Amino acid sequence: MIRVRLPAHLRTLAHVDQEVELEVIGQPTQRAVIDALEARYPALQGTLRDPATHRRRAHVRFFACEEDLSHEPPDAPLPEAVVTGAEPFFVIGAMAGG
Amino acid sequence: MSGVRVLVGTRKGAFILTSDGKREAWDIGGPYFAGWEIYHVTGSPADPDRLYASQSNSWFGQLIQRSEDGGSTWAPVGNQFQYDGVPGTHQWYDGTPHPWEFARVWHLEPSLTDPDTVLAGVEDAALFRTTDGGHSWHELPGLRGHGSGSSWQPGAGGMCLHTVIVDPSDAERIFVAISAAGVFRTDAGGETWRPVNHGLQSDGIPDPDAEVGHCVHHVAMHPSRPAVLYMQKHWDVMRSDNAGESWEEVSGDLPTDFGFAIDVHAHEPETIYVVPIKSDSEHFPLDGRLRVYRSRTGGNEWEPLTEGLPQSNCYVNVLRDAMAVDSLDSCGVYFGTTGGQVYTSADAGNTWAPIVRDLPAVLSVEVQTLP
Repeated sequence: MIRVRLPAHLRTLAHVDQEVELEVIGQPTQRAVIDALEARYPALQGTLRDPATHRRRAHVRFFACEEDLSHEPPDAPLPEAVVTGAEPFFVIGAMAGG
Repeated sequence: MSGVRVLVGTRKGAFILTSDGKREAWDIGGPYFAGWEIYHVTGSPADPDRLYASQSNSWFGQLIQRSEDGGSTWAPVGNQFQYDGVPGTHQWYDGTPHPWEFARVWHLEPSLTDPDTVLAGVEDAALFRTTDGGHSWHELPGLRGHGSGSSWQPGAGGMCLHTVIVDPSDAERIFVAISAAGVFRTDAGGETWRPVNHGLQSDGIPDPDAEVGHCVHHVAMHPSRPAVLYMQKHWDVMRSDNAGESWEEVSGDLPTDFGFAIDVHAHEPETIYVVPIKSDSEHFPLDGRLRVYRSRTGGNEWEPLTEGLPQSNCYVNVLRDAMAVDSLDSCGVYFGTTGGQVYTSADAGNTWAPIVRDLPAVLSVEVQTLP
């Protein structure tokens, strides 16, 4: 199980509490986690990444194990601690006023 | 007894204000989609309980929400707005080419007859349509592709397609307005388009009477006279009596002809309303006095409407989609401000009162007249 923590706006959209658990098929990567997230919560489609290009939205960041993974390739394997569920995968809305 | 439902989009959520036909006591619903920018909320003329809302922010992009019960409950529908083919470029503020990039939906215009069909005006400027209740959206590419698209450039608020008007007597005829390109018309259901800006004069562009390039802020039509259009331009209030083929200025004795909003009385096609704003560099009312101006002659002769509106120290703006009218016997007029007030007049503008005073900045106001 991959544990994913979402920011408040996306939790509201998906009608979930702070953390969700996802079954990811195959090698857990950013792409696979977001695919699984969007499949389970269709309201989140297009909110983390552009629906056409699949590029991460500019103000969305991905953190795990105290590292910023935002600029890792989308098909790079996630850290072992995220894969085993020991650590969550954080989706963060960049701090930017408003 | 009949009533009204006022749909308000703000910088931080949507609100629904309801009242009976007297329009004195109001129920305030919301915030819906709290914390999100709601550029527009509107209802289907064919099914007033079918509502659509444009929900967006800089972090998580665009969503379209739909309600089947007049706004009590909502569910997201489709949010993919993909330009047709290779999007190409338009002009950036400095005149250099800039790739076409989708930013948000500014305006939703439901069909007059089919609740599942809606047109969406977006930034960067393009027109999309759904025919399945918002699940899928497809561009009408003839607008951007008609020839001048690569020369369009943004206004200060972005390169937005903010006004969509479907001719109630001919569904094949649609008008759209783009900042800062101008007005465009199709007579072929959106297949082909042409600019209809003859008569507009804009000092901020190299050729003041160019075919395109004008910063049109809003356009309004009375449904009984679809060939007559009224326009609030960046500067100038304009009128066309031939479906946009030519325009004449009707600013007349307005104290300033800069502004954003314009609308038409529900029962008097020659009665129009604007909210004059001091200038393009000072977006607030002249002399700190919030005055709606009404013309009963289709322009040129204007009267200030002030009773119930603040007449000192008022420095709010009224944005382009933030004015609307109901169709009760005594026409109600509504507008929202960037200071979060929503004002109403139940007597066609003679007297005003706030419905609410402290919402987030108001982006849009629509009114549904309910049986």
